[in-house]
Amino acid sequence: MSDAYLWSLFVAAGVGTYLLRGAFILMPGSQRQPAWMSRALRFVPASLMAALVFPALLRLQAEGLAYDGPRLVAALVAALVAWKSGNMLWTLMAGMGVLWGVQFVV
Amino acid sequence: MSFTNAASAWRAGIKVLLPIAPGVLPFGLVTGVTAVNLGFPPEMVVGMTALFYAGAAQMAALQLLGESATAPVILMTVLVINMRMLMYSASLAPYLGPLQRRWKWPLAYMLSDQAYALSILKYTGRSMGAYGHCYFAGVAVSMWLVWMFSVTAGVFLGAQIPPGWSLDFAIPLVFLVLLIPAIRDSSSLVAALVAGVVAVLAFGLPYNLGLLLAAISGIGTGVWVESCLERRTDTTALTETGR
Repeated sequence: MSDAYLWSLFVAAGVGTYLLRGAFILMPGSQRQPAWMSRALRFVPASLMAALVFPALLRLQAEGLAYDGPRLVAALVAALVAWKSGNMLWTLMAGMGVLWGVQFVV
Repeated sequence: MSFTNAASAWRAGIKVLLPIAPGVLPFGLVTGVTAVNLGFPPEMVVGMTALFYAGAAQMAALQLLGESATAPVILMTVLVINMRMLMYSASLAPYLGPLQRRWKWPLAYMLSDQAYALSILKYTGRSMGAYGHCYFAGVAVSMWLVWMFSVTAGVFLGAQIPPGWSLDFAIPLVFLVLLIPAIRDSSSLVAALVAGVVAVLAFGLPYNLGLLLAAISGIGTGVWVESCLERRTDTTALTETGR
């Protein structure tokens, strides 16, 4: 992979992302969207966040469904804190704190 | 209560972002460290960060680059992960759309989860007034600075953060906090559960396709559950009207 290849990939990703961000803000008259699309779009955050969170919290191994015990415990505690507080800092402190604690003990 | 001048709106935006900066910092640090560990030169990491300005997408791209994925797969993954920006864009369009180009072009670039989350309720609550865009700019610009600073710090701290600290665990924790408010009702809860389970089951798929499959499954299930619930409500309403 050459530098030029990487830079053009990054520029393409940046332009694509900018178009997503600007799609409705920059285009006049595009506030109206078909009903099916707005209905589907409303499920994007929940679906995508969950799809990112679940495997990463468990740190799955590609070979199979083996999981990492301390991470699972820390993830459950962090999920509880995130749900109850909705606070980024507290969730990070609880999750990382429990993970470090369990890793230290085990 | 609306803002009375541009400066106070701008300062209020900065002030509301500051408390969440420490939560953003580890994510940026990890992103910087990951990129450097993959062998990217510092200036390329900073350039990539400015071009993407999207942590999750950048992490996914770095991971795929490490696995020697092809450019179309990386691009598709980045755009799929950033698809939520379309919704933010649609949601903010009534407020940012009417602004002059010199405002809305840079503000569109600085649209982020945090900038959206911290301003949309103020906009829909009609408490912004004429200086709403200054408040939004205060949030968005300070978020951008915090992000660029934390990734750059990660680049230069690099190997000084030992892997035993498991700082990578901070990334799913950030998404976890963003996931909770995304679950607004039973159909979005089902969507999240289906997407999560599919993501776990499809984890072994090449090119991160599991993520896309999981998102599509979740969205499809959510739409289906919601329409089933609506049909039931319609039937109940009809029965009650007939009575």
